[in-house]
Amino acid sequence: MDAVAVHEAGAAHETHAKETFFRHYIFSTDHKMIGKQYFLTTMFMALVGGGMAMLMRDHLAWPNNGVLTPEQYLQAVTMHGTIMIFFFLTVMLTGGFGNLLIPLMIGARDMAFPVLNMISYWTFVPGVITILASFFVPGGPAGNGWTAYAPLSAIPAAEGGAGLGQTLWLVALLFVVISSLFGSLNFLTTILNMRTRGLSMGRLPLTIWGIFITAVLALLSFPVLMAGLGLLLLDRVAGTSFFEPTNLLVGGQISTHAGGDALLWQHLFWFFGHPEVYILILTPMGIVSEIISTFSRKPIFGYKAMILSLSAIGFLSFLVWGHHMFVSGMHPLLGAAFMGSTIIIAVPSAIKTFNWCATLWGGRIHFTTAMLFAIGFVSVFVTGGLSGIFLAIAPVDIYLHDTYFVIAHFHFVMASASLFAILAGTYFWFPKFFGRLMNETLGKIHFALTFLGIYGTFYPMHFIGLHSNDRRLYDNAAYPFLAHTGPIDVFVSLSAFLLGAAQLIFLFNFFYSLKYGPVADTNPWRANSLDWQTPTPPPHGNWGDELPTVYRWPYDYSVPGAKDDYIPQTVQAAPVAAGAGGEA
Amino acid sequence: MPTQLVERARPGALRGVGGRGFGPSDGSALPSREPALVSNGLLGVAALLTAVIILFLALTSAYLYRRQEAGWSTLTVPAVLWFNTLVLLASSGTLEWGRRRIRLGDAAGLRRGVEATGGLGLVFVIGQIVAWRQLAAQGIFLTTNPHSSFFYVLTATHGLHMLGGLAALAIVTVRTWQGRYTAAHHGGIVNCAVYWHFLDLLWVYLFVLLFWA
Repeated sequence: MDAVAVHEAGAAHETHAKETFFRHYIFSTDHKMIGKQYFLTTMFMALVGGGMAMLMRDHLAWPNNGVLTPEQYLQAVTMHGTIMIFFFLTVMLTGGFGNLLIPLMIGARDMAFPVLNMISYWTFVPGVITILASFFVPGGPAGNGWTAYAPLSAIPAAEGGAGLGQTLWLVALLFVVISSLFGSLNFLTTILNMRTRGLSMGRLPLTIWGIFITAVLALLSFPVLMAGLGLLLLDRVAGTSFFEPTNLLVGGQISTHAGGDALLWQHLFWFFGHPEVYILILTPMGIVSEIISTFSRKPIFGYKAMILSLSAIGFLSFLVWGHHMFVSGMHPLLGAAFMGSTIIIAVPSAIKTFNWCATLWGGRIHFTTAMLFAIGFVSVFVTGGLSGIFLAIAPVDIYLHDTYFVIAHFHFVMASASLFAILAGTYFWFPKFFGRLMNETLGKIHFALTFLGIYGTFYPMHFIGLHSNDRRLYDNAAYPFLAHTGPIDVFVSLSAFLLGAAQLIFLFNFFYSLKYGPVADTNPWRANSLDWQTPTPPPHGNWGDELPTVYRWPYDYSVPGAKDDYIPQTVQAAPVAAGAGGEA
Repeated sequence: MPTQLVERARPGALRGVGGRGFGPSDGSALPSREPALVSNGLLGVAALLTAVIILFLALTSAYLYRRQEAGWSTLTVPAVLWFNTLVLLASSGTLEWGRRRIRLGDAAGLRRGVEATGGLGLVFVIGQIVAWRQLAAQGIFLTTNPHSSFFYVLTATHGLHMLGGLAALAIVTVRTWQGRYTAAHHGGIVNCAVYWHFLDLLWVYLFVLLFWA
């Protein structure tokens, strides 16, 4: 009876494949199609955000070209940060990779709530449209930084970028938050409840563990941002005073708002904001673990330690938001507490880094493009992590706060690391998602230029920052003490253009391979996890008639005595050459 | 070459790999799939409620933070809120009664329960609007003072979640009319009831927070 039911379920999924154009490509409930929708949408947003960065660098290296007015410069800064964080990295990792990978890696046919999944994407799209529309309203888009500190962001008269554009910014973010919450509760339910036979939580690939903890963080932190956004929106459109103090002077006139507190916004924002940076890095950590283990042909070192450190980082991320506010008038004792909790995060981060290195140690390393980006991830993560230790120390941070040192730090540890993992994951799973392999030669050129571009762009920013160059400064030439940094700015900008141009190679490779790449077989990398055991590309319903059964963890590479150097999770016991695996 | 099967977890075979997952790790041992502790639906509701709790905790902390500032004054309780509170508590009671009836297989009882709950829920929402109208008639609006701002924000946010609850209730009511629920299968009722009871408790919490905390 059971077998019949399973067969019917499989058959029903076969018929699903014959859907109308709209059901298949637009309002699809298939996790793979939704994942691809997210993937392409966020790739487009990355281009917009990257374009903002190019404009900024053009202006900073050659300030007298007249590329950007002061207002436009601040707007470019704001939109670069906002789009990259909320519309590219966050959503690419959860909406894109999360949707594409979860059911494939846990052996499910789809997410727990497929319709909610579709609604989640179609809640994200209005957010994208709103944020893009804000470029075309009077006064331009928001210009208060991606943190939208009140009261600058609360009073439309405050400055150029605080008009309608700021209101649209808040609305767009509300869409993204709601969309992410729908996604997160779907991910949690799916991972907890839809795992296939034999796949215990202790046998999950680390990628899924990363996504799982990310979903928990999103569920616990996004509502806090939602509260802040709602209150700020009311301050702007309804005249309430949650965040504006009494007697605020705006444009020479005393504001009508009274009694609020701008610091409250900072608390709400950073209570969300710090978990957010781990939302951007935990999934990449999982992806990188997967790739490093596969291409070292070795089991991941310290699987349990990896899960525990992911969890520890997730937990600690809620206790450190104050380190963003050391200069906001915090009691020194409280600052010391936040300093301590922040430094503790170095421990689980270091555990992970050592585990990746130990996995590489003694492995037979295959330098595919995916592997290069994964190793690049470890490099930029360590570089950024080390400057993080400086910034965690309150007395040092008071000097370095809001300088380019901070820009360098988070672009390495969070932005570049996350980008590297996304690129690694794209090269790695492209054959599974799209059925064809990407070009490895172009991929390696892309890696080399990206790696050079990242270090050339962000490493010198440490020195500019140590010179006290403020991160939002429009005209460096106006300050004699920054005269020496001018040539560095030119070098940084040239590196940034190199970095930007390198991504065009990736785009070409992506779309060319989509159509003309060599057709991939089921398991081109000889990997173990379930996603590689289903046909390429996976059919609707993923698994044909019967769901797979899992017999082992996903990192059985180079098992002594086994015939192949990998044993997929679906293999019950390893076939060996006679005599090779005799009793010890 | 003839092959044989080996036990993977030989002592010392994989020295230095740093562990291989939790639980049984030899390929031959297959942990049977433990039945899910809770259904997808209930787990989804639990996750949703977690997010809602965090949302209201954030608003609560903003409220407590703001209350420290000078010039704070508390509104007098609009009398209709007492009535609304009783109505909402009663609606939880009727839904719970309906849920217990269907556990005994009494579909007619369930029907009466969800219908009564829907009616009482609507009365509550209308009652909240009446409370707003009464305050507005006294000249107390969103921007009048900090407490009124928070009163409107918190009641409106709760009200939006109530509308979501009413939508869920409408769905289960239609399904009840269609006779879809039985003693063995009424997960939709359970999920809806958990959400509804939560909104009920949330209102009591907000009522206390706004006027007596």
